[in-house]
Amino acid sequence: MSELSDLYQEVVLDHGKRPRNFGPLEGATHSAEGLNPLCGDHITVHARLDGDLVREARFEGSGCAISKASASVMTGTVKGKTAAEVDRIFEVFHRLVTEGPAAVGDLDVLGKLAVFGGVHEYPTRVKCASLAWHTLRAAIRGGGTVTTE
Amino acid sequence: MTAAKLGERAPALRPSGRAEAGAYDVGRIRHEFPILSQRVWGKPLVYLDNAATTQKPRSVIEAVKRYYEEDNANVHRGVHLLSERATRAYDDARARVARFLGAADPAEVVFVRGTTEAVNLVAQTFGRRRVGPGDEVLVTHLEHHSNFVPWQMLCEEKGATLRVAPVTDAGDLDLDALEGMLGPRTRLLAVTQVSNALGTVNPVAEIVARAHAKGVPVLVDGAQGAPHGGIDVRASGADFYALSGHKMYGPTGIGVLWGRREHLEAMPPWQGGGDMILSVTVEKTVYNRIPHKFEAGTPDISGAIGLGAAVEWIGSVGIEAIAAHERALLDHAVAALREVPDLRLIGTPRERAGVVSFLVGDIHPHDLGTILDRHGVAIRAGHHCAQPLMRRYGLAATARASVAAYNTHEEIDALVRALHAAREVFA
Repeated sequence: MSELSDLYQEVVLDHGKRPRNFGPLEGATHSAEGLNPLCGDHITVHARLDGDLVREARFEGSGCAISKASASVMTGTVKGKTAAEVDRIFEVFHRLVTEGPAAVGDLDVLGKLAVFGGVHEYPTRVKCASLAWHTLRAAIRGGGTVTTE
Repeated sequence: MTAAKLGERAPALRPSGRAEAGAYDVGRIRHEFPILSQRVWGKPLVYLDNAATTQKPRSVIEAVKRYYEEDNANVHRGVHLLSERATRAYDDARARVARFLGAADPAEVVFVRGTTEAVNLVAQTFGRRRVGPGDEVLVTHLEHHSNFVPWQMLCEEKGATLRVAPVTDAGDLDLDALEGMLGPRTRLLAVTQVSNALGTVNPVAEIVARAHAKGVPVLVDGAQGAPHGGIDVRASGADFYALSGHKMYGPTGIGVLWGRREHLEAMPPWQGGGDMILSVTVEKTVYNRIPHKFEAGTPDISGAIGLGAAVEWIGSVGIEAIAAHERALLDHAVAALREVPDLRLIGTPRERAGVVSFLVGDIHPHDLGTILDRHGVAIRAGHHCAQPLMRRYGLAATARASVAAYNTHEEIDALVRALHAAREVFA
């Protein structure tokens, strides 16, 4: 049986409590809203793109520890990545949170995102971990609102 | 033989002596709910999500099973014995529900899918005829989305205005403000009996009296009220009452719209199809009498039979005895929760039933829910389908524990212990 500490790893708790890159982004070129109707989570992700390159990403809003930590780690991870790289990382991240670390193989590509390796044991929390990613990708595609439903 | 068989399937309605049998025996009641004996994550299951759906006693499960194993047939059409038995059981379930509600006549009891469908039915028939451009429909800030969105949709369609009566910080309806909002254009008031998010018990009879004094008919959402104290629809004065079977120990997929005969008879049908007609010709259809006019198509026969068994089960324990037990549990819960550091009760209404909503420090309710689950404690975390109310309190979500006939004081203590464990995770 999985332990609660697999889900709530120290790094996750820390980012949930003191999220990085939290707040508005001056000079944002792309923004989108993300809603999780199930639990009322509501975040906005801002990004400043230089051509195809994510120069800066920040987020605002409210959510549970998992969704805030995910947004916090994500906004740090995607800086300096191209839109195509963001999609690739998300693909691996999504496999991590739905199927677990064993399904991913090479965890190096994920870097710090590997701390979400316990989420797959908690199917009801997958949406919390993915919300920020769906929102960022919507922002890069041109904005709007995404929901996890 | 046939008569005996029919008699077996349709026992006469009779009050059980058990309610008078003495002290409330929660151990014996728990024993009637097969699901409660299991462990989750290695811990005894503590089920405190009853406002979402209650568990089912063996008598309900057996009634549904017996119907499929012995009596399954379509109702109101077969000439054969099985159809006769199925029809008898279905009609008998309606009579039991009518009795439970204190209805004047079983014909006033319409089987629907649940509270949501009941409200939509009234909005799309009674409401559609009554509400026009510039009119108003009054709801309250306590409403579940099921008693909010159908009226919003109707108002949008008709060019009418949806008005929302306010609640106090404690979570009580501001009755004088509500009365002040009952104006010459108010065509209907839709109000809940018990708030699913805060536990507030509304003084339904008084609200109805104030609305009727202004000529405004009232629909009461009884989804939470029916299992927690019940209702006497005639004494309440209400025009419509809606409930969901699965929130009162019955199956999912079945619920009830009760309406005053004169309203139901005057209302147009909602859905067309079989069973709701007396005759159909190419030129014209003559609609069936109530309640069949509102029950197009083959109904949820097993669901209705299960609901009949559920109200029979409630009657055997006694709705008052259940309510008293739940009040004691909630008093204990409120007192125990107040001792948890950083815990904030959301809603401290004058009278409470069924639920207690709270927040712990800045721990998100969703995280609380996950941690409690790993301690075997099932609660709800979220907006409880009451987003306007959540917004009223500046919240996105709360944690909610909700009780039923089978919960124990020890289970409330287990909830509190799990909350302490959650605080440690987030310390």
